[in-house]
Amino acid sequence: MKDLNVRQTIDAELEDLRRSLLSLAGQAGQAVKNGLWALCNQDRILAREVIDGDDRLDRQTLEIDDKCLLFIARFQPMAQDLRTVSAISHMAVDLERIGDLGVNVAKFAVKLAGKPFVKPLVDLPRMGELFQEMLDGTMRAFINGDVDEAKGACALDDDIDDLERQVFREMLLMMMENPRIIEEGTALITVARTLERAADHVTNLAERVLYAITGEVASASSFRRPRGSRDDDGR
Amino acid sequence: MTPKIKIQTTAMDLWYDQFQALKAIDIAIPERAVTAFIGPSGCGKSSFLRCLNRMNDFIPAARVDGQVLLDGRNIYGAGEDVIALRRQVGMVFQRPNPFPASIWDNVAYGPRLHGITNRRTLEGIVEGSLRGAALWDEVKDKLRSPALSLSGGQQQRLCIARAIAVEPEVLLMDEPTSALDPMATARIEELVRILKEHFTVAIVTHNMQQAARISDETAFFLNGEIVETGPTQRLFTSPRDGRTEDYITGRFG
Repeated sequence: MKDLNVRQTIDAELEDLRRSLLSLAGQAGQAVKNGLWALCNQDRILAREVIDGDDRLDRQTLEIDDKCLLFIARFQPMAQDLRTVSAISHMAVDLERIGDLGVNVAKFAVKLAGKPFVKPLVDLPRMGELFQEMLDGTMRAFINGDVDEAKGACALDDDIDDLERQVFREMLLMMMENPRIIEEGTALITVARTLERAADHVTNLAERVLYAITGEVASASSFRRPRGSRDDDGR
Repeated sequence: MTPKIKIQTTAMDLWYDQFQALKAIDIAIPERAVTAFIGPSGCGKSSFLRCLNRMNDFIPAARVDGQVLLDGRNIYGAGEDVIALRRQVGMVFQRPNPFPASIWDNVAYGPRLHGITNRRTLEGIVEGSLRGAALWDEVKDKLRSPALSLSGGQQQRLCIARAIAVEPEVLLMDEPTSALDPMATARIEELVRILKEHFTVAIVTHNMQQAARISDETAFFLNGEIVETGPTQRLFTSPRDGRTEDYITGRFG
């Protein structure tokens, strides 16, 4: 006779939830990446795809939320199971917001397409890479239960913040010198700000991952540079 | 503010002849709070509960070593009045076990045993106890009916009324809802929440969600030992011991 394994069903359902979340993370990350790529390469078609893909992302988020509620109702999870399902439910919301921010970047891509760049775009792609690194690291930390990787992802947020401030200062100077580029300049500042916010959502994800793994409430800021030594601007 | 400790056990062992059922139990049970004991079958949680009012005295081969302090007094000390102790530490069992008598007689039984004969006093105690057990409104018009005519959930609340009629300070509950349907269970759980305002409650339950719902503190027993104790909220969300984690997430037990 086959051995009864009461954990089998719970483990399979949690695995399914993890997969769904990973898929959502992949698509939310892709929305930001493609939105930014469309902006840098003036690709209206790709930008439209990102904007149109948002509904699917919203649907997936709701599906994950439903699955989490059903899981809680059916299994009344405790301890790490409970922390994991709670983390998944919260992380889905942050990922959905990240997807929305990707759409915002894509909208600027549509707006700016066909116009010459006011400057070569270097910092924004770098911010996009760092964001992707943070997101990938956080999701890996979640799947592997790796505390250090989650903390490491939080630390990258400092670099993104520095770059955002750099873009802001640079564009401010350029707009002061040449007011005709104000529209493009403010658009690029907003895109940088959007990427910075997307990265903030990743730090929320990392906090959830740390709680799911350790059971201790963690604040992402404690894994970043001390406030005084960050490249703080006076805004 | 740290709650007052009602019961404190120190290095408490329980032996059934050559078999050691409990090993070096150290636990502090706070006053006017609900403490839940969880653990797999045979882990010693019910045996432990029965040590707290010396119910194990009825088992000839049972022996308790170490200390069980109730308000600082060792209840296994020389000269302990066990009858008085059981009045102070009442018990409710797994299956409702009313006497085959009327509802009124069930509740009045204990106070009568302790010498109260005045009819009016007894009536006051019966009503107060039935109210305390949230049963009064359901039975006030049929106090002379047989207790066994009540439903299972009502019978269990009658047993709680019977237990509190002698004004105990501690209520021990050994899986008090395991024989009840979900609605009757919910009523008992709600009652436990109210009871803790007046009594110290220690409850053994197999239902971890029940422990999570009604208790303030939880202790996890395994193989006659306490693996972990702590505030219920912490124990069920972030247990510190891997064995607790494994048990409450259904990996064994």
